[in-house]
Amino acid sequence: MTAYSYYPGCSLHSTGREFDASVTAVFRALKIDLVELEDWNCCGASSAHSVDRDLSLALPARNLALAQAAGRDVIMPCAACYNRHRTAEHELQSTAERRRRIEATADFEYRPSVHVRALIEVLYDTVGPQALRELVVRDLRGLPVVAYYGCLLVRPPQVTGFDHAEHPTKMGELLGALGAEARPWGDATECCGGGLTLTQPNVARRLVTRLAERAREAGAQAIVTSCPLCQVNLEMRQSGRAERLPIFYISELVGLALGLEESKAWWRMHLIDPRPLLRGVGLMARQAAG
Amino acid sequence: MLIDGRVDVKPDNSLMHRVNARAEQQVELCYHCHKCTAGCPVAQEMRFGPDQVLLLVQLNQQDRLLSSRDIWLCAGCEACATRCPNEIDIARVMDALRQVALAEGVRPADTSSVKFHRLFLFLVEHLGRMNEAGLLGAHKLWTGNLLADLGSGAVMVAKGKIPLVPHVLRDRAGMRRLFSRSLHPAAADSGAEEPGP
Repeated sequence: MTAYSYYPGCSLHSTGREFDASVTAVFRALKIDLVELEDWNCCGASSAHSVDRDLSLALPARNLALAQAAGRDVIMPCAACYNRHRTAEHELQSTAERRRRIEATADFEYRPSVHVRALIEVLYDTVGPQALRELVVRDLRGLPVVAYYGCLLVRPPQVTGFDHAEHPTKMGELLGALGAEARPWGDATECCGGGLTLTQPNVARRLVTRLAERAREAGAQAIVTSCPLCQVNLEMRQSGRAERLPIFYISELVGLALGLEESKAWWRMHLIDPRPLLRGVGLMARQAAG
Repeated sequence: MLIDGRVDVKPDNSLMHRVNARAEQQVELCYHCHKCTAGCPVAQEMRFGPDQVLLLVQLNQQDRLLSSRDIWLCAGCEACATRCPNEIDIARVMDALRQVALAEGVRPADTSSVKFHRLFLFLVEHLGRMNEAGLLGAHKLWTGNLLADLGSGAVMVAKGKIPLVPHVLRDRAGMRRLFSRSLHPAAADSGAEEPGP
């Protein structure tokens, strides 16, 4: 049985609860063990790199030390956590001087033995769309969506690098394997302003509302993401007269297509209820309670 | 400046040197193709925009830049860094400008962001993880913006998405050491830090 270390990050224990629940349910169904890192810490997100570069590398480095001791590659579903940890990995592998500096602040000795993996990376490169297609019991036919990457999964490419920085395709291919209709659109990697949603809500509102408009123009009835900061921002800040689009995590749609019973509990956690849409396209029984 | 009746034209690059050192970038490479500004999601909210921020760094316009809202508006999306033909990571330059502004005690144009980052890191230093209830509540009190997002906040608490009781790391001493070594390397080296567990 394949096994990974699992780093949920702070968001998956709060605003992104359904991301955590769906990721763990999907990996259970795929018979891949996820072992949560013991006593992991916050990556520092955008606050650490705004204030101090050494701190922004030392915080993720402490988790890399935990992953190294556990001896397995570590899955980080949150795009922001993934980006900060990949940045630390990248810097640890850059120059000897930089490595020593990070090692001294985080108090460990780095060995490039285990790696940080994004969720889409593992689903595509390790599991694979073909294997996933064979496990589908409930085809997502009739669900037109757009695959939305946002910034931190693909940029900067020398740090991330598992998909194309400007025209990534792996999430769309995974959605296709589930039977969903991933519509082509031009905004897959445009920023939603998630990092500004509390301090500059009007800026975030403008960016999110435009993304939703572009998704509608592409014929989508929902947006699919792999980032908890994008997801909460897209749910909270959609405005305008058009009906708001539900925002799914990719893991929720994988779980739905695999026929996981747990999926019913995820929809209730959303700020924009996706159940009317799922009922409308026949992916949920109309009389379903709750 | 006139010195002994002659014009002293030696350029003052002190801001660029500090920014380059912090960001590990070479701002002097920018030849102003404006590709960064063309793709910047927040350029329209900015007074200068990313390209002109680089120009102002090159021209040593410290006062204008460090007190500007632009440096706090950057969303850190890295579109500029991905597209720059001279491979300047402009988002990191923005970070460096924030750090210089904080280090020099410049009164920020956007106090909401500065308070947000300070509270965020205070919680991480003392809890080891983020606690949204603490962050949002304290940020509201500190900025006086009590009513913003109260509705969606309440819905999220009801849905169990904003845990009211914080999770606290077991290795809190390690966390505080990590902070003090990062932020005060000299003090940490001289043994001013507290002993390990």
